[in-house]
Amino acid sequence: MRYKALLISKKDMSTENNKHLENLSEIRSIMERSSSFLSLSGLSGIFAGIAALAGAAFAYWYAYIYNARNIVNKHIRYYELTDSVLIVLVIDAIIVLIIALFAGYYFTHRNAKRKGLKLWDTTAKNTLSSLAIPLITGGIFSLILIVQGSGYLVSATTLIFYGLALLNASKYTLKEVKYLGIFEITLGLVATSLIGYGLFFWAFGFGVLHIVYGILMYVRYEKNEVKG
Amino acid sequence: MKSLITNINKVFESRVRLGIMSALSVNEKLDFNSLKELLDLTDGNLASHIKALEKEEFILVEKKFVGKKPKTSYKITKFGLIEFKKHLNALENLIKNQL
Repeated sequence: MRYKALLISKKDMSTENNKHLENLSEIRSIMERSSSFLSLSGLSGIFAGIAALAGAAFAYWYAYIYNARNIVNKHIRYYELTDSVLIVLVIDAIIVLIIALFAGYYFTHRNAKRKGLKLWDTTAKNTLSSLAIPLITGGIFSLILIVQGSGYLVSATTLIFYGLALLNASKYTLKEVKYLGIFEITLGLVATSLIGYGLFFWAFGFGVLHIVYGILMYVRYEKNEVKG
Repeated sequence: MKSLITNINKVFESRVRLGIMSALSVNEKLDFNSLKELLDLTDGNLASHIKALEKEEFILVEKKFVGKKPKTSYKITKFGLIEFKKHLNALENLIKNQL
Protein backbone atom coordinates (compact mmCIF):
# COMPACT_ATOMS: atom_id res chain seq x y z
CA MET A 1 0.00 0.00 0.00
CA ARG A 2 2.75 2.35 0.89
CA TYR A 3 4.54 1.35 -2.26
CA LYS A 4 1.59 2.21 -4.44
CA ALA A 5 1.21 5.59 -2.91
CA LEU A 6 4.83 6.31 -3.60
CA LEU A 7 4.46 5.36 -7.26
CA ILE A 8 1.49 7.59 -7.80
CA SER A 9 3.15 10.52 -6.21
CA LYS A 10 6.21 10.03 -8.38
CA LYS A 11 4.14 10.11 -11.54
CA ASP A 12 2.27 13.16 -10.35
CA MET A 13 5.53 14.82 -9.57
CA SER A 14 6.91 14.50 -13.07
CA THR A 15 3.85 16.14 -14.63
CA GLU A 16 4.00 18.73 -11.88
CA ASN A 17 7.59 19.24 -12.81
CA ASN A 18 6.79 19.93 -16.43
CA LYS A 19 4.20 22.42 -15.31
CA HIS A 20 6.77 24.23 -13.18
CA LEU A 21 9.26 24.26 -16.03
CA GLU A 22 6.65 25.71 -18.35
CA ASN A 23 5.76 28.32 -15.75
CA LEU A 24 9.37 29.34 -15.36
CA SER A 25 9.99 29.74 -19.06
CA GLU A 26 6.78 31.70 -19.42
CA ILE A 27 7.82 34.01 -16.57
CA ARG A 28 11.13 34.61 -18.30
CA SER A 29 9.49 35.42 -21.59
CA ILE A 30 6.99 37.83 -20.00
CA MET A 31 9.77 39.61 -18.13
CA GLU A 32 11.72 40.03 -21.35
CA ARG A 33 8.78 41.07 -23.50
CA SER A 34 7.42 43.53 -20.97
CA SER A 35 10.70 45.28 -20.25
CA SER A 36 12.57 45.38 -23.55
CA PHE A 37 11.70 46.69 -26.95
CA LEU A 38 12.75 43.59 -28.88
CA SER A 39 11.33 44.46 -32.29
CA LEU A 40 14.16 46.80 -33.19
CA SER A 41 15.45 45.41 -36.48
CA GLY A 42 19.07 45.18 -37.58
CA LEU A 43 17.95 45.96 -41.11
CA SER A 44 16.91 49.46 -40.04
CA GLY A 45 20.50 50.00 -38.87
CA ILE A 46 21.88 48.83 -42.20
CA PHE A 47 19.60 51.07 -44.25
CA ALA A 48 20.10 54.07 -41.98
CA GLY A 49 23.84 53.54 -42.37
CA ILE A 50 23.62 53.39 -46.16
CA ALA A 51 21.51 56.56 -46.20
CA ALA A 52 24.09 58.29 -43.99
CA LEU A 53 26.97 57.24 -46.24
CA ALA A 54 25.13 58.42 -49.34
CA GLY A 55 24.31 61.72 -47.63
CA ALA A 56 27.93 62.16 -46.54
CA ALA A 57 29.19 61.35 -50.03
CA PHE A 58 26.87 63.97 -51.46
CA ALA A 59 27.99 66.50 -48.86
CA TYR A 60 31.62 65.79 -49.64
CA TRP A 61 31.05 66.19 -53.37
CA TYR A 62 28.98 69.32 -52.96
CA ALA A 63 31.28 71.08 -50.51
CA TYR A 64 34.75 69.98 -51.56
CA ILE A 65 34.36 69.38 -55.29
CA TYR A 66 31.39 71.35 -56.58
CA ASN A 67 32.22 74.33 -54.38
CA ALA A 68 35.97 73.72 -54.30
CA ARG A 69 36.68 77.43 -54.38
CA ASN A 70 35.52 77.63 -50.74
CA ILE A 71 38.51 75.62 -49.58
CA VAL A 72 40.70 78.30 -48.10
CA ASN A 73 43.70 76.20 -47.26
CA LYS A 74 43.99 72.61 -48.37
CA HIS A 75 46.57 71.62 -45.79
CA ILE A 76 44.65 72.47 -42.67
CA ARG A 77 41.35 71.71 -44.40
CA TYR A 78 39.88 74.98 -43.31
CA TYR A 79 36.61 75.38 -45.07
CA GLU A 80 34.71 78.59 -45.59
CA LEU A 81 31.08 77.61 -45.14
CA THR A 82 28.91 80.01 -47.10
CA ASP A 83 25.20 80.33 -46.36
CA SER A 84 24.19 78.68 -49.63
CA VAL A 85 26.43 75.66 -49.00
CA LEU A 86 25.20 75.45 -45.43
CA ILE A 87 21.55 75.38 -46.53
CA VAL A 88 22.21 72.56 -49.00
CA LEU A 89 24.09 70.56 -46.34
CA VAL A 90 21.30 71.04 -43.80
CA ILE A 91 18.72 69.87 -46.37
CA ASP A 92 20.97 66.91 -47.17
CA ALA A 93 21.12 66.00 -43.47
CA ILE A 94 17.35 66.30 -43.09
CA ILE A 95 16.76 64.00 -46.08
CA VAL A 96 19.15 61.44 -44.56
CA LEU A 97 17.32 61.69 -41.25
CA ILE A 98 13.92 61.17 -42.89
CA ILE A 99 15.13 58.13 -44.87
CA ALA A 100 16.76 56.68 -41.75
CA LEU A 101 13.61 57.17 -39.65
CA PHE A 102 11.44 55.70 -42.38
CA ALA A 103 13.73 52.65 -42.73
CA GLY A 104 13.79 52.31 -38.95
CA TYR A 105 10.03 52.35 -38.75
CA TYR A 106 9.47 50.07 -41.72
CA PHE A 107 11.84 47.25 -40.73
CA THR A 108 11.00 47.42 -37.05
CA HIS A 109 7.31 47.25 -37.88
CA ARG A 110 7.98 44.21 -40.08
CA ASN A 111 10.03 42.59 -37.34
CA ALA A 112 7.33 43.18 -34.72
CA LYS A 113 4.73 41.63 -37.00
CA ARG A 114 6.89 38.58 -37.60
CA LYS A 115 7.48 38.11 -33.87
CA GLY A 116 3.80 38.63 -33.14
CA LEU A 117 4.58 41.60 -30.90
CA LYS A 118 2.80 44.90 -30.70
CA LEU A 119 4.90 47.69 -32.18
CA TRP A 120 3.57 50.47 -30.03
CA ASP A 121 3.72 49.22 -26.44
CA THR A 122 5.17 50.53 -23.19
CA THR A 123 8.68 49.41 -24.09
CA ALA A 124 8.53 51.22 -27.45
CA LYS A 125 7.34 54.37 -25.69
CA ASN A 126 10.13 54.10 -23.11
CA THR A 127 12.75 53.52 -25.79
CA LEU A 128 11.56 56.43 -27.89
CA SER A 129 11.26 58.92 -25.04
CA SER A 130 14.67 58.02 -23.63
CA LEU A 131 16.15 58.49 -27.11
CA ALA A 132 14.32 61.73 -27.78
CA ILE A 133 15.47 63.85 -24.85
CA PRO A 134 19.26 63.62 -25.45
CA LEU A 135 18.72 63.78 -29.22
CA ILE A 136 16.64 66.95 -29.15
CA THR A 137 19.08 68.50 -26.68
CA GLY A 138 21.95 67.65 -29.05
CA GLY A 139 20.05 69.04 -32.03
CA ILE A 140 19.36 72.36 -30.33
CA PHE A 141 22.94 72.54 -29.07
CA SER A 142 24.23 71.92 -32.62
CA LEU A 143 22.05 74.73 -33.99
CA ILE A 144 23.42 77.06 -31.33
CA LEU A 145 26.97 76.08 -32.31
CA ILE A 146 26.24 76.90 -35.97
CA VAL A 147 24.65 80.24 -35.12
CA GLN A 148 27.58 81.16 -32.88
CA GLY A 149 30.11 80.29 -35.55
CA SER A 150 31.42 77.09 -34.00
CA GLY A 151 30.01 74.89 -36.76
CA TYR A 152 33.20 72.84 -36.89
CA LEU A 153 32.11 71.16 -33.65
CA VAL A 154 28.72 70.07 -34.99
CA SER A 155 29.83 66.68 -36.27
CA ALA A 156 31.41 65.76 -32.93
CA THR A 157 28.42 67.13 -31.02
CA THR A 158 25.86 65.11 -32.99
CA LEU A 159 27.92 61.94 -32.49
CA ILE A 160 28.28 62.50 -28.73
CA PHE A 161 24.62 63.29 -28.14
CA TYR A 162 23.49 60.45 -30.36
CA GLY A 163 25.73 58.09 -28.39
CA LEU A 164 24.29 59.36 -25.10
CA ALA A 165 20.77 58.90 -26.48
CA LEU A 166 21.55 55.28 -27.42
CA LEU A 167 23.12 54.62 -24.05
CA ASN A 168 20.03 56.00 -22.36
CA ALA A 169 17.62 53.97 -24.52
CA SER A 170 19.58 50.74 -24.17
CA LYS A 171 17.89 50.12 -20.81
CA TYR A 172 14.68 49.46 -22.68
CA THR A 173 15.84 47.65 -25.78
CA LEU A 174 18.46 45.23 -27.08
CA LYS A 175 21.49 45.39 -24.77
CA GLU A 176 23.87 45.76 -27.72
CA VAL A 177 22.57 49.28 -28.33
CA LYS A 178 24.64 50.27 -25.31
CA TYR A 179 27.91 49.36 -27.05
CA LEU A 180 26.92 51.21 -30.21
CA GLY A 181 26.28 54.23 -27.96
CA ILE A 182 29.69 53.98 -26.31
CA PHE A 183 31.38 53.74 -29.73
CA GLU A 184 29.53 56.84 -30.97
CA ILE A 185 30.49 58.85 -27.86
CA THR A 186 34.16 57.84 -28.18
CA LEU A 187 34.16 58.70 -31.87
CA GLY A 188 32.59 62.08 -31.12
CA LEU A 189 35.19 62.88 -28.48
CA VAL A 190 38.03 61.96 -30.85
CA ALA A 191 36.40 64.10 -33.54
CA THR A 192 36.60 67.19 -31.31
CA SER A 193 40.39 67.10 -31.53
CA LEU A 194 40.58 66.45 -35.26
CA ILE A 195 38.82 69.53 -36.57
CA GLY A 196 38.32 69.52 -40.32
CA TYR A 197 37.60 65.82 -40.58
CA GLY A 198 34.09 66.18 -39.21
CA LEU A 199 32.45 64.78 -42.30
CA PHE A 200 34.57 61.62 -42.16
CA PHE A 201 33.83 61.04 -38.49
CA TRP A 202 30.20 61.69 -39.17
CA ALA A 203 30.16 59.22 -42.08
CA PHE A 204 31.97 56.63 -39.97
CA GLY A 205 29.72 57.06 -36.92
CA PHE A 206 26.37 57.29 -38.63
CA GLY A 207 27.23 55.22 -41.70
CA VAL A 208 29.79 52.50 -41.06
CA LEU A 209 28.94 51.87 -37.39
CA HIS A 210 25.22 51.58 -38.16
CA ILE A 211 25.85 49.13 -40.97
CA VAL A 212 28.21 46.98 -38.86
CA TYR A 213 25.81 47.08 -35.91
CA GLY A 214 22.83 46.32 -38.16
CA ILE A 215 24.52 43.29 -39.73
CA LEU A 216 25.56 41.93 -36.31
CA MET A 217 22.03 42.33 -34.93
CA TYR A 218 20.44 40.85 -38.01
CA VAL A 219 22.68 37.79 -37.88
CA ARG A 220 22.21 37.36 -34.14
CA TYR A 221 18.47 37.87 -33.79
CA GLU A 222 16.66 37.78 -37.12
CA LYS A 223 18.36 35.60 -39.69
CA ASN A 224 17.10 32.34 -38.25
CA GLU A 225 13.59 33.60 -37.87
CA VAL A 226 13.42 34.57 -41.51
CA LYS A 227 14.52 31.12 -42.57
CA GLY A 228 12.35 29.30 -40.04
CA MET B 1 10.18 17.22 1.10
CA LYS B 2 8.09 19.55 3.16
CA SER B 3 10.76 22.23 3.27
CA LEU B 4 10.73 22.41 -0.51
CA ILE B 5 7.03 23.06 -0.80
CA THR B 6 6.70 25.57 2.00
CA ASN B 7 7.74 28.47 -0.18
CA ILE B 8 5.42 27.60 -3.04
CA ASN B 9 2.77 30.24 -2.78
CA LYS B 10 -0.81 29.19 -3.40
CA VAL B 11 -1.71 32.64 -4.66
CA PHE B 12 0.70 32.20 -7.55
CA GLU B 13 -0.74 28.93 -8.73
CA SER B 14 -2.66 30.67 -11.47
CA ARG B 15 -0.70 31.36 -14.61
CA VAL B 16 -2.36 34.73 -15.04
CA ARG B 17 -1.21 35.85 -11.60
CA LEU B 18 2.29 34.62 -12.28
CA GLY B 19 2.20 36.58 -15.52
CA ILE B 20 1.07 39.78 -13.82
CA MET B 21 3.77 39.44 -11.16
CA SER B 22 6.45 38.69 -13.77
CA ALA B 23 5.60 41.79 -15.76
CA LEU B 24 5.38 44.05 -12.70
CA SER B 25 8.62 42.73 -11.23
CA VAL B 26 10.63 44.17 -14.12
CA ASN B 27 8.60 47.34 -14.73
CA GLU B 28 8.24 50.29 -12.41
CA LYS B 29 4.53 50.36 -13.24
CA LEU B 30 2.17 49.20 -15.96
CA ASP B 31 -1.32 50.32 -16.83
CA PHE B 32 -4.32 48.06 -17.27
CA ASN B 33 -4.23 48.04 -21.06
CA SER B 34 -0.52 47.29 -21.28
CA LEU B 35 -0.98 44.31 -18.98
CA LYS B 36 -4.01 43.18 -20.92
CA GLU B 37 -2.16 43.27 -24.24
CA LEU B 38 0.99 41.75 -22.82
CA LEU B 39 -0.77 38.77 -21.29
CA ASP B 40 -3.46 38.55 -23.94
CA LEU B 41 -6.40 38.55 -21.51
CA THR B 42 -9.96 39.80 -21.38
CA ASP B 43 -10.85 42.76 -19.16
CA GLY B 44 -12.81 40.66 -16.71
CA ASN B 45 -10.22 37.96 -16.38
CA LEU B 46 -7.38 40.40 -15.74
CA ALA B 47 -9.46 42.46 -13.31
CA SER B 48 -10.36 39.48 -11.14
CA HIS B 49 -6.76 38.32 -10.83
CA ILE B 50 -5.58 41.83 -10.12
CA LYS B 51 -8.12 42.02 -7.33
CA ALA B 52 -6.80 38.83 -5.80
CA LEU B 53 -3.20 40.07 -5.90
CA GLU B 54 -4.25 43.43 -4.50
CA LYS B 55 -6.02 41.73 -1.62
CA GLU B 56 -2.79 39.92 -0.74
CA GLU B 57 -1.02 43.30 -0.89
CA PHE B 58 1.34 42.00 -3.55
CA ILE B 59 0.48 44.85 -5.87
CA LEU B 60 -0.54 48.46 -5.50
CA VAL B 61 -3.22 50.22 -7.52
CA GLU B 62 -2.66 53.78 -8.61
CA LYS B 63 -5.55 55.73 -10.06
CA LYS B 64 -5.20 59.11 -11.65
CA PHE B 65 -6.83 61.23 -14.29
CA VAL B 66 -5.14 61.99 -17.58
CA GLY B 67 -7.30 64.85 -18.78
CA LYS B 68 -10.77 63.50 -18.18
CA LYS B 69 -9.90 59.84 -18.64
CA PRO B 70 -9.17 57.74 -15.59
CA LYS B 71 -5.95 55.79 -15.86
CA THR B 72 -5.19 52.90 -13.59
CA SER B 73 -1.65 51.62 -13.15
CA TYR B 74 -0.25 48.84 -11.07
CA LYS B 75 2.96 48.53 -9.12
CA ILE B 76 4.50 45.59 -7.33
CA THR B 77 4.93 46.09 -3.57
CA LYS B 78 8.14 45.27 -1.74
CA PHE B 79 6.35 42.47 0.00
CA GLY B 80 4.99 41.22 -3.34
CA LEU B 81 8.43 41.21 -4.90
CA ILE B 82 9.90 39.25 -1.99
CA GLU B 83 7.09 36.70 -2.12
CA PHE B 84 7.39 36.40 -5.89
CA LYS B 85 11.13 35.79 -5.67
CA LYS B 86 10.62 33.22 -2.93
CA HIS B 87 8.13 31.47 -5.15
CA LEU B 88 10.51 31.48 -8.13
CA ASN B 89 13.34 30.08 -6.02
CA ALA B 90 11.04 27.39 -4.69
CA LEU B 91 10.00 26.44 -8.22
CA GLU B 92 13.62 26.25 -9.27
CA ASN B 93 14.54 24.11 -6.29
CA LEU B 94 11.65 21.77 -6.92
CA ILE B 95 12.79 21.22 -10.47
CA LYS B 96 16.44 20.81 -9.53
CA ASN B 97 15.62 18.27 -6.86
CA GLN B 98 13.38 16.17 -9.02
CA LEU B 99 15.28 15.98 -12.27
